[in-house]
Amino acid sequence: MEDFHIASIIVSTIRNAPVLMFAALAGLFAERSGVVDIGLEGKILASAFASAAVAYTTQNPWYGILAGMAVSVALAMVQAFVSITQKGNQLVAGIAINIAMSGLTFVLAQFFFQQGGRTPDLRDARLADVTLPGAAALENVPFIGWLYNHVIGGQSVLVYVAFLLLPVVHWVVYHSRFGLRLRACGENPHAADAAGVSVERTRYLAMLVAGVLCSFSGAYLTLVQSGFFLRDMSAGAGYLALTALVFGNWRPVHTVLGCLMFGLFGAIQIQLEGVDLPVVGHLPGSLIQAIPYVVTVVVLAGLMAKSVAPKAIGKPFVKSR
Amino acid sequence: MKKTELPRWATAFVLPILNLLSALLVAGLVIHLLGESPAESLRILVDSAILDPEGLAYTLFYASTFIFAGLAVSLAMQAGLFNIGAEGQMYVGGLGLTLVVLALDAHLPAVLLIPAAMIGAAVFGALWAFIPGYLQAKRGSHVVVTTIMFNFIAASVMNWVILKMIPEGQQNPASRVFADSAALPLLNKIMPVLGDTPLNISFLIAIAALAIYGVAVWRSSWGYQLRATGLNAHAAHYAGVKISRTIIVTMLVSGALAGLGAVNSVMGSTHYLSLNFPAGAGFVGIAIALMGRQHPVGIFLSSVLFGALIQGGFDLSLEKPNIPQETFIFIQGLIILFCGAMENFYAPAVMKLINLTRSNKGA
Repeated sequence: MEDFHIASIIVSTIRNAPVLMFAALAGLFAERSGVVDIGLEGKILASAFASAAVAYTTQNPWYGILAGMAVSVALAMVQAFVSITQKGNQLVAGIAINIAMSGLTFVLAQFFFQQGGRTPDLRDARLADVTLPGAAALENVPFIGWLYNHVIGGQSVLVYVAFLLLPVVHWVVYHSRFGLRLRACGENPHAADAAGVSVERTRYLAMLVAGVLCSFSGAYLTLVQSGFFLRDMSAGAGYLALTALVFGNWRPVHTVLGCLMFGLFGAIQIQLEGVDLPVVGHLPGSLIQAIPYVVTVVVLAGLMAKSVAPKAIGKPFVKSR
Repeated sequence: MKKTELPRWATAFVLPILNLLSALLVAGLVIHLLGESPAESLRILVDSAILDPEGLAYTLFYASTFIFAGLAVSLAMQAGLFNIGAEGQMYVGGLGLTLVVLALDAHLPAVLLIPAAMIGAAVFGALWAFIPGYLQAKRGSHVVVTTIMFNFIAASVMNWVILKMIPEGQQNPASRVFADSAALPLLNKIMPVLGDTPLNISFLIAIAALAIYGVAVWRSSWGYQLRATGLNAHAAHYAGVKISRTIIVTMLVSGALAGLGAVNSVMGSTHYLSLNFPAGAGFVGIAIALMGRQHPVGIFLSSVLFGALIQGGFDLSLEKPNIPQETFIFIQGLIILFCGAMENFYAPAVMKLINLTRSNKGA
């Protein structure tokens, strides 16, 4: 097992997880308020494209992030309008957004860049990694140098945002007024309504937050990880994030742990390719790709029964007269 | 007197058509923004997909696959299950069919081989839907998420299987070409006007499947249990329906229908198993089920519409490079949004209109 590099697994886990963390925490706000968010995938893809396209055109990643945010929020508002105001089927709305965005991002990428649904390489328009002060001095110190330069430091700003988001989300959900209303609307909207909370307003706000958070996930894909947009590049990240949410019982800390687990899985998966394993031998790449999805099904089958969804999830709120 | 409920003709025809028009309006707007004329695009689409006999044959050829996909999604929807896995079930169904044909096409005549291959497709499709159905029924894992996961798993597994199936000396990621006995009889034998098109007997089989679906869902006790489970599982359980059994059986039949969708594309046109042959047909099935409101006639009409969009869209993309085929994936999403999630968007307006004309008549 010499080919296993624990160090690179740790580093790539940290780099894989933010895509899922942003999306899962976005989903947490939506679902805690009572709106199912299957549309994470479409929002990730749309904001990934918008971020890449605008960052490339303006040569400024920050404009890219803003563009991604605008697109993701717009989609979240469509979803909110359908799910909250129209009281339509939330699952169908989410799937519709995913399919529509899968087509539209390709059409637009082809229209603007003519590269078969891909954007040009962003090069300098990518988000740069942060170098911490004194990094050069510590470079040669064993372990501490690695820890300081490649784990704590040397990451993109969005990685720090992702990890700092966890305490913020935890505080908002459990210790703020908005969080209390959010949870009330997801558990018992009629009681919340009787207490004078506007269920519709709270759910719209939750979807707004979800839209903003989800856009970082897309921006991270293009501006940090790949450096370009590719058709259908989200490749199920939105669904994996949703699973992390189910796995984490709709609680911020557990959900982020779920995301880290999937991130770790992705990291190991790259390491596994081309390695002879005991018992199973050489695993072909296409089967290794399926592992996260198989694990997801196993997780759903084993833990779903114990995990308790917000009670009013997926049900449109009809004010009682 | 004011009516508070829409008459049946309004919910069955007026609302779906208004919703469809809204989706096409948004699509037209996007085509306009891409610098092309929506009216001219529509003309090209209608010319090549409907008015031209060969084009129409291709439209119906695509529709044959879509009818099965639409039936698969619709049947599950009747039981309150949202089967997003038709794509994967069709893909795996194609494997079942191919295994049967590869093993038997040297020995059996077409009369026996084709039904055997169809059974293979149905069985494999059903098996692929079984696990999500079982997990929904027994463990409460939401069928939406598990079927999505099974689509991804099917893509990976099939990728691996097809690479193993490539005959020696070939590069193309596909199985060997089937013997002639595995080719579905073409309809141009009886209707020469169809020209050299792959429209085959699976179109007729699809029509028969629509009829069987209609009878099974609305005229059989099984269909009654199915719809009762979909409308109110608690009430159905109280009335003695075995909910988990109904869910599992429904998913099995739904998967079998999706698997049968593979017959048309693999045995009617390519004659070998190729990578990603469903090409999104399973997802089109979702749009068809929602647009056709799970009714046999609705499913048929929406399938033909989507067949026309694919056929016409292909010609359109050749003439207008700014409107690639992927535009129709976008339109498909819009149709799901307007016909599915926002199905009652126009209901209040139509209601008002009906009450207005009524009061005018009364006065």
